Amino acid sequence: MYLYSANFWTALIDSRGIFFEAAQMTLALTAVSILIAIFIGLLFAFMKISKIKPLEWLANIYIYVVRGTPLIVQIFVFYYGLTEIWMISGFWSVALGLAFHNGAYIAEIFRGAIQSIGKGQTEAGRSLGMSGNLTMRRVILPQAFRRALPPLGNQFIIGLKDSSLAAFIGVSEIFAVATTQGANTFDYMTWLLVSAVWYLILVFLLTLVVSAIEKKMAVSD
Amino acid sequence: MSDKMIEVNKLNKSFGDLHVLKDIDFQVEESEVVVLIGASGSGKSTMLRCLNFLEMKNSGEVYIKGKQIDPKKDNLNQVRQQVGMVFQHFNLFPHMTVLGNVIEAPTQVKGVSKAQAKKDGQELLEKVGLGNKANDYPSRLSGGQKQRVAIARALAMKPEIMLFDEPTSALDPELVGEVLATMKDLAQEGMTMVVVTHEMGFAREVADRVVYMHDGKIVETGAPKDLFENPKEERTQAFLSSIL
Repeated sequence: MYLYSANFWTALIDSRGIFFEAAQMTLALTAVSILIAIFIGLLFAFMKISKIKPLEWLANIYIYVVRGTPLIVQIFVFYYGLTEIWMISGFWSVALGLAFHNGAYIAEIFRGAIQSIGKGQTEAGRSLGMSGNLTMRRVILPQAFRRALPPLGNQFIIGLKDSSLAAFIGVSEIFAVATTQGANTFDYMTWLLVSAVWYLILVFLLTLVVSAIEKKMAVSD
Repeated sequence: MSDKMIEVNKLNKSFGDLHVLKDIDFQVEESEVVVLIGASGSGKSTMLRCLNFLEMKNSGEVYIKGKQIDPKKDNLNQVRQQVGMVFQHFNLFPHMTVLGNVIEAPTQVKGVSKAQAKKDGQELLEKVGLGNKANDYPSRLSGGQKQRVAIARALAMKPEIMLFDEPTSALDPELVGEVLATMKDLAQEGMTMVVVTHEMGFAREVADRVVYMHDGKIVETGAPKDLFENPKEERTQAFLSSIL
């Protein structure tokens, strides 16, 4: 059993420096891609509920393509495709690939949350003389965002773990460092477990942040 | 032109195949309190909602304060500022405090300063008897309190007409009185009101005129005393005997 061998624990402790650095890379990838994905998600959620049909179709095509193709394919297309026309780093091609991917799921989360807010709320806003946009911004979105938070937090966690695919195009995040260590020491299992511990810590921290926001937004209950 | 607060001519409204309002003619004078009664499905709520354009008519004319409103050309947001509405299910904004609900539209739509809106809002809350609830969230209030906040929220826009869509139908019986009392105060101050309600006591006591609707048409209209005691139409008699 590896977990109980001295090997694993010394490896975990002795490698904390390089893995701490790798964890920062993972966090940076996650943060950047999630931020862009939220923006994309909001945009496509509005397109999907838009009365303008072509916008709705465009959003449907986007979501269909993202859901229907593997993330690793999307990341590689961004990496090889984008670098053909625009020299960007591996970091940014993965970040954009992840954002493109998560944006579709977040769009569906936002769309569902917006549509779950009762019609009465819109009518109340409109009956007070508020415009449609103002009602959306001041009345519907704050409530929808709150309702979206639990599934959104879930998507953030998926995004964090999916950032491990950046290893395949040479970004030194946690998984990449683990496989390099494994190759150098011929001891893959130890280093994969070390990387798992780091992912668990990061996911735990992310969960704390999300539940803190949830709590803060629950004051009106 | 029309000198009435509200004038409706030959109003028709359909939802798909369902013809809900059939050639409705209807007027409301300034400071008049008109109560709409009728069985559910008779079109009274739809008619009310056509008056502030939450529902769009299919044909006919709607005049508000003498001006014919064309939903395609006129700014409905401006029209709605003059026509407040109170809903059966309150529809308070749950993510804002009570005072936040009241100051939302004045600050966001009219550009009233926050300090001024808060002062006015607090006064309105005192008026509906909820001055001490300003900083609570709606989830902490009873149904009757929620509805009174909703009334204060509508009044904050200083409307000249108030529409009430079954304002007490979702309330526990013991909470109906406080809402009706608030509405009665408002009527006594001279507010022009159109009220859809099943509270015949309120209609008797407060209404200047009662309108009975059936199957998308106005069957009979008159002073409450006349309509309740001497209904002329058979259908009105049948309806009244079924509820009284």
